[in-house]
Amino acid sequence: MKQKNYSKHFSLLSVILIVLFFLNIRFGSVSIPYKDIFNILFGGDISKDSWETIIINFRVPKAITAILVGSGLSVCGLLMQTLFRNPLAGPFVLGISSGASLGVAILILGSSIFGGVLLTSTLSNLSLPIAASFGAFLVLSSVIFAANKVRNTMSILIIGLMFGSLTSAVISVLAYFSEAAQIQQYLFWSFGSLGNLSWNELIVFTCIYSVGIIGTIFVIKPLNSLLLGENYAKSLGINIKKSRNIILLITSLLTGVITAFSGPIAFVGLAVPHITKIIFSSSNHKILLPATAIIGAIILLICDSIAQLPTSEYTLPINAITSLFGAPVVIWLLIRKKKLYV
Amino acid sequence: MKNSKKNIVLKTEKLSIGYQQKKRTKIVTSEINLEIKKGKLVAILGKNGIGKSTLLRTLSKVQKPLSGKIFINQKNIQELSEKELSTELSLVLTERLPESQLTVYELIALGRQPYTNWIDKLCATDVEKIEIAIEQTEIKHLKNSRFHELSDGQLQRVLIARALAQDTEIIILDEPTAHLDIHHTIKIFSLLKELVSKTQKTIIISSHEVNLAIQLADEMMLLSSDTFHFGPPTELIKANAFTTLFPKELVSFNKTLEQFVITKI
Repeated sequence: MKQKNYSKHFSLLSVILIVLFFLNIRFGSVSIPYKDIFNILFGGDISKDSWETIIINFRVPKAITAILVGSGLSVCGLLMQTLFRNPLAGPFVLGISSGASLGVAILILGSSIFGGVLLTSTLSNLSLPIAASFGAFLVLSSVIFAANKVRNTMSILIIGLMFGSLTSAVISVLAYFSEAAQIQQYLFWSFGSLGNLSWNELIVFTCIYSVGIIGTIFVIKPLNSLLLGENYAKSLGINIKKSRNIILLITSLLTGVITAFSGPIAFVGLAVPHITKIIFSSSNHKILLPATAIIGAIILLICDSIAQLPTSEYTLPINAITSLFGAPVVIWLLIRKKKLYV
Repeated sequence: MKNSKKNIVLKTEKLSIGYQQKKRTKIVTSEINLEIKKGKLVAILGKNGIGKSTLLRTLSKVQKPLSGKIFINQKNIQELSEKELSTELSLVLTERLPESQLTVYELIALGRQPYTNWIDKLCATDVEKIEIAIEQTEIKHLKNSRFHELSDGQLQRVLIARALAQDTEIIILDEPTAHLDIHHTIKIFSLLKELVSKTQKTIIISSHEVNLAIQLADEMMLLSSDTFHFGPPTELIKANAFTTLFPKELVSFNKTLEQFVITKI
């Protein structure tokens, strides 16, 4: 497609992203001057050793996680909105996040019911992501299985929503029979958190994330033709079933791994694609995909910085901030622009 | 002899169309044998629900035929991949496009997808074909507008331009004048007529504009519940084929006027 020149947009957004990355590292319960942050990151004299630990082992991984989670969820939202040609679609609609939640719920809540093996005290850092990935994968396989049975893409959307309701129901039942401590632990997980990743986990996260993101480049062409609907896309030589399965696979891989490592983070996947479409006023995925990824990263960095409550000891749940901050933005954009596009 | 065979772009052999449901088969029309030559405007007529769309869907491989074969340029379409078919046949459908912010140019450029590389980059030929399509449909002034801002008549021209950019020998249009007033209807019909003679493409349309089609189409297919007629309008008139189209109580075909007239009110 012939493209307008968006390089100005992109350079501005990149600068904002870099600035926010450093601001995000700067904020936290311990105040560390910029000079020392710079020295820690790029080599140089450091005033306090503890600062180095805070920056290297806590704040930098957290900022990177924010970037991965924000961009990944937003890209998933964009893929879903185009695939289903529905502006309300997002990574949550396929029930993948609910699947991840179910995995975690069974791990945490189930331990009190089934007792024995799954003792809460033995929960290692990795068991949560594994349970979440397993749950996400389970729901995904069911959705893809169903997707190949039905022709209509809208039916897949409904099937995804049904799987979501099913898993929530199972979680409610589990919660009903669980003890307060377990419910609290599950609740904390569901608040979402960007800061619990070690470098090793972050490497695993980054690898899986990269596979998903690189995959999206290969579906740009089918995504663009899907803007005309499935029949036109087919008449343009696109293999609908294959493209649909690849798009579903990418989405679930990204949503699954993100939910596994950071908990179910609401709003970003639905809203960021719309914010991007309004800023760029384009529907071309060659523009939208990178733009959505950058804006998603920016927004999650902002949300995380707010969640820090700068200079205070408290950290608010990220899930609450994304919605508190994001919902009004979307409402405002809608009132101004009056229209949402696929 | 060989030359005349080469000119046949679309051919069906004992084609039978309809729907295959689990236990029963609903046959819409069977024993369709036709040969359509290069550079013809073909109109498919018939009353509502008689199966015009089913025929078009079958010809464009959206649905499978119950039996029989369809050949495009001597190639059986069931053996063509979607990608190969997309360079032989393009579509203009009645369905509404999902709301997006595509510009007219971008929408027409999508017609080049069968030829672009994996990342959908337009090369010089692509750009040229797009420009030609824009010129032929006279929509240069709309190039940078968003397609959802267009009127129905303008949008139809844009969709025709998209099909032209796809650069196929056959273009199939499903009721291209469905939402248009008489002025725009005639405008679209004359555009199609002009394209056929200029580009030597074969254009197949389904339509309810019987009177216009009789005047402009080179060939016609008449679908009714128990007959199927195919031929040039003049021959079909001679053969009294038009009387099979509609029940006679309300409208009848007037042979001297060459159009349908109201019998009584």
